Amino acid sequence: MRKKKHITAVDIRSFGAGTNLVFNIFLLIFSLSCLFPFFFIIVVSLTQESDITLYGYQFWPKHWTMASYQYLSNSGSQVFHAFGVTVFVTVVGTVINAMCSSTYAYAISRRDFAFAKFFTFFALLQMLFAPGMVPQYLIVTQMLHLKDNIWALILPSAFGVYNVLIMRSFFKTSVPEEIIEAARIDGAGELRIFSKIVIPLAVPGIATISLFTALGYWNDWFNAMLYTNSDAVTPIQYLLVRIQNNISMLTQQMQSGGSAAAGLSQVPTEAIRFAVVVVATLPIALTYPFFQKHFVKGLTVGGVKG
Amino acid sequence: MILHENPSLPKIGFFKKLYDNRIFLLLVTPGTIFLIVFFYIPVIANLVAFQDFQYSDAGFWYSLFHSPFVGLKNFKFFFASADFWIVLRNTVGYNLIFLGLNFFFAIFFGVVMSQLRNRRLLKVYQTSMLFPYFISWPIMAAFLYAFLSTDKGVINHLIQSMNGTPIDFYNTPGVWPLLIIFLGVWKGIGYNSILYFATAMGIDPAYYDAAMMDGANKWQQIKHVTLPHILPVATLMLILNIGGMFRTDIGLFYIVPKASAPLINVTQTFDTYIYRALSTSSDLGMSTAAGLMQSLVGVLLILGSNAIVRKLQPESSLF
Repeated sequence: MRKKKHITAVDIRSFGAGTNLVFNIFLLIFSLSCLFPFFFIIVVSLTQESDITLYGYQFWPKHWTMASYQYLSNSGSQVFHAFGVTVFVTVVGTVINAMCSSTYAYAISRRDFAFAKFFTFFALLQMLFAPGMVPQYLIVTQMLHLKDNIWALILPSAFGVYNVLIMRSFFKTSVPEEIIEAARIDGAGELRIFSKIVIPLAVPGIATISLFTALGYWNDWFNAMLYTNSDAVTPIQYLLVRIQNNISMLTQQMQSGGSAAAGLSQVPTEAIRFAVVVVATLPIALTYPFFQKHFVKGLTVGGVKG
Repeated sequence: MILHENPSLPKIGFFKKLYDNRIFLLLVTPGTIFLIVFFYIPVIANLVAFQDFQYSDAGFWYSLFHSPFVGLKNFKFFFASADFWIVLRNTVGYNLIFLGLNFFFAIFFGVVMSQLRNRRLLKVYQTSMLFPYFISWPIMAAFLYAFLSTDKGVINHLIQSMNGTPIDFYNTPGVWPLLIIFLGVWKGIGYNSILYFATAMGIDPAYYDAAMMDGANKWQQIKHVTLPHILPVATLMLILNIGGMFRTDIGLFYIVPKASAPLINVTQTFDTYIYRALSTSSDLGMSTAAGLMQSLVGVLLILGSNAIVRKLQPESSLF
């Protein structure tokens, strides 16, 4: 039924054949411009170092090589380590955020919670006023003493007001009060209702906020720039920033730590620089086409109103 | 339950209320702790803006409440500095341009995509256009560097192959406003157009049908059916975005230009100014003051824009 409606809607709404072609070409070109960065970065990471020295970065080099990736796999312990830091931060942060945000959202979504209004306001205030970079820096480094600690990358983003709002409207629309009422009449306690009935119903919502959150953690470099100086807790995105500004940082370590590597006299620094970019982008490039549907859904949930 | 809410015993009533809601209170506890530690305490720490903050070994709280109070000196200092006008001009200027361009392109792309005939191609376009949105600024910075690098960049190699002199882009302020605006708009188009696309797709086909009956061509249909349907959402987005007028993406303004000092005149915004002050100097008071001023103006803008929305479309106001 839905399909049929779509076909008629398309016919009525759409452009005529000529205009359609023009805009298709336009959108095609624009879409290619959006994918082009990734393509270009991959190409550069596979370019032979001598080609880069001679001709600069090219869209289609003469000599291709995997040397940069060999270097990364042989001696790029810093890159692997940073990748590990990012994975750890993303997984732990997303789990904590999803748990705290959905429990909070559930409580304030319930009409029989006497303090629902207060706690809604308590959280919403954060949308109005930004406490500022310096005060947050002072709290994290001087009150919590988390400078150069991996938790400084996790905790500041471990609770999200937007996630709370999305989950609240999700609970309100997808978990009917009648079901909760029925369970209570059957003698189930609040905790039992929450864990056995509400959580299973809320899985799509939790998946959506987890995606938002995981993406945020994966792409985060700012917390690292602000709160850390040490290699041990540098996530991949911040490693990128540091490599871009100071390539020697990576190669020095490779030359000292990876003497057994590849057997090449010269470290392909330029290609490696871009190989790290590819490594940081790949997980998103491979997964986002599958999760973008949920992402878009979460975006259009709207109903943010208090 | 009502029986227990005895007005003559408000204390007992309150504790009873707490007890009755203990499970809910338990559920909000983790979030509340996060809010207190990472929001409310930092809000209090804005006191630093009125202090000559000195860190003492007695701990953070001691330092916060025992640093010498200097009144509005930090603010006066900031307003009087040459940085202030550059920062203000850049922040508001870029944001105004972004506001207009994002508005225009998001609607344009949203409407065009809603009128395409081929669903499958449309999915491909949408997916591709969202890609830059999911990519971080450090990655974009690397990509841009591949074009702009003085000795190895694509553009300079092209210039050299035509016997020109290479341009040191990261030392040439003139090109950066355009670059920043282009990158900022381009990265967000896929994301920003989703809302308008969804709105345009939700229009009842009967409207188009009726318009066609009246002999409206495609352009007239868009003008008289699609755009009026999009307008309420667009107005709302425009007004809500005014609330962010004083905030900028530090990735775009700091990481993408590689924090290059010669570009400071065209890249310095409130956020980069505060970050630079925090990372280079010990004058925490003035950078806190700059941040507090930014936040306070932000509050005023949000409250003001929300008041306007409430007048125009009460159902879409934030609060």
